[in-house]
Amino acid sequence: MYEFVAFYIFAIATTILFLITVMSKNVLYSMTSLAAGMVLISGLFFLLGADFLGVVQLIVYVGAVMALYAFAMMFFDATKDVKEKQQNPQLVFLLGGLMALVFVIMFSAPVIGDNIQALYPVVDGVGNAQAVGMVLFTKYLVPFEVAAVMLLVAMIAGIILAGKKMDYSLTKCEAIDEEMSVELEKGEE
Amino acid sequence: METATMLPEVTAAGVIIKAVLILAVIAAIAGFGTYIERKILAFMQRRLGPQHVGPYGLLQLAADGIKLFTKEDIIPQHANKIIFAVAPVITAATAFIALAAVPVFPDFTIPLLDIYVPSIASDVNVGILFVLGMMAAGLYGPLLAGMAQANKWGIIGSARTAIQFLSYEVVTGLSVLAPIMMVGSLSFVDFNNYQADGTWMVVYQPVAFVLFLIAGFAETNRTPFDLLENEAEIISGYVTEYSGMRWGLFFIGEYANMITIGVIASIVFLGGYNDFWFIPGWIMIIGKIAFSFFFMLWVRAAWPHIRPDQLMWLCWKVLMPLAVVNVVVTGIVMMIIG
Repeated sequence: MYEFVAFYIFAIATTILFLITVMSKNVLYSMTSLAAGMVLISGLFFLLGADFLGVVQLIVYVGAVMALYAFAMMFFDATKDVKEKQQNPQLVFLLGGLMALVFVIMFSAPVIGDNIQALYPVVDGVGNAQAVGMVLFTKYLVPFEVAAVMLLVAMIAGIILAGKKMDYSLTKCEAIDEEMSVELEKGEE
Repeated sequence: METATMLPEVTAAGVIIKAVLILAVIAAIAGFGTYIERKILAFMQRRLGPQHVGPYGLLQLAADGIKLFTKEDIIPQHANKIIFAVAPVITAATAFIALAAVPVFPDFTIPLLDIYVPSIASDVNVGILFVLGMMAAGLYGPLLAGMAQANKWGIIGSARTAIQFLSYEVVTGLSVLAPIMMVGSLSFVDFNNYQADGTWMVVYQPVAFVLFLIAGFAETNRTPFDLLENEAEIISGYVTEYSGMRWGLFFIGEYANMITIGVIASIVFLGGYNDFWFIPGWIMIIGKIAFSFFFMLWVRAAWPHIRPDQLMWLCWKVLMPLAVVNVVVTGIVMMIIG
């Protein structure tokens, strides 16, 4: 009974929040509802007894959306609405609608066809983290390693992009201080 | 899990009573914490601290409470009103949600009604990750507060929130990973039982303990890392435009988080709520939490705060490599011994 009520609360809240994410013209509203929706999805995992996945959802997306906020802060004024340029709203509507339809059919077809079986059911006495770990390091070892290599590549690329002047401290650089003081003097004149 | 079968069944009423207890007691302690903080800082800095309201200034707490509740609630004209109102609630709520998964007081049964009140409100078997994740979500409070108030100091405060979060989060995770590997579980109860023989985890994992403490200071915005509201540089950072009880909620959240960090440090590294010699366990855990609270105030009195770039340098170039080395060494030692 509790689970039933909780599921509908989480499901409705998540749907509404993600609708706000898509519909809102304000950066702050859409980012906040995205973050809140991600946190509430972890509630669905907890309801299913997948504690570990729920916590991972929480930790990973809280950090990821926080990084998105940092970009939003740099590029937008959070208190004003963003004017979007849409060349062809009908085409956007059609393509978006079709994609949504395909996704709904993809995910609901096995449910309707009663074709869902738990490949790795919960074992008594084995914790969630252990169960995930066992599957991850046996059956899905190769995708796991590939994901690790991809993350490594992304990290190296990030370091190379950002690290051109790593040994050069902005706060200790006297040349910049001089430039600043020259500009300040100009400003005063 | 064996102990769970011996205990009485946890009912919904028991959990609700527990939740109300946590909320009331921790909020009160958080309020009292402000008084303790002012008094201890004053003693350390050779001042007197609050002393005019009541004996030893004890009623200062009540005076501050009345002031907070009756102050005019100002929302700036150009602020994003909904987000501005929600932000303080996020900080306070996540701090208390995090407390749901840690053992706070000993369990007991209410005599007449026969309701069993458990020690942990919600005993999820991934407790430590849940608490750390929820506390991380709490940083959305300062972030949103700063962005919603249309104030330059606020924006700087929220930008600093983002970099602080991205800096310390990795260190926290990696520093508790080594104890988790040794215990082989994410549950606080297992951490406690692992140290039941009297050897504290800090003996095996001194590096992880120091790293966790440093990251904990960053997580609760305590002084060496209080970049978000560093009043000497950015007025008050993310709380610049807040007044009254909305301002108060941020601080209740901050003090609740300090207690949570104290609980985690006590259970994971300092022997938990096991009996020590002749002292019962519940006194031990209260003593340890109180000491870690005092330690945070001590550090605040002793250390200056640092710049944001120094925090990033410290977290990414010093602490994170140390934490990774610690995890690898722990793994190799466990492989050889076990």
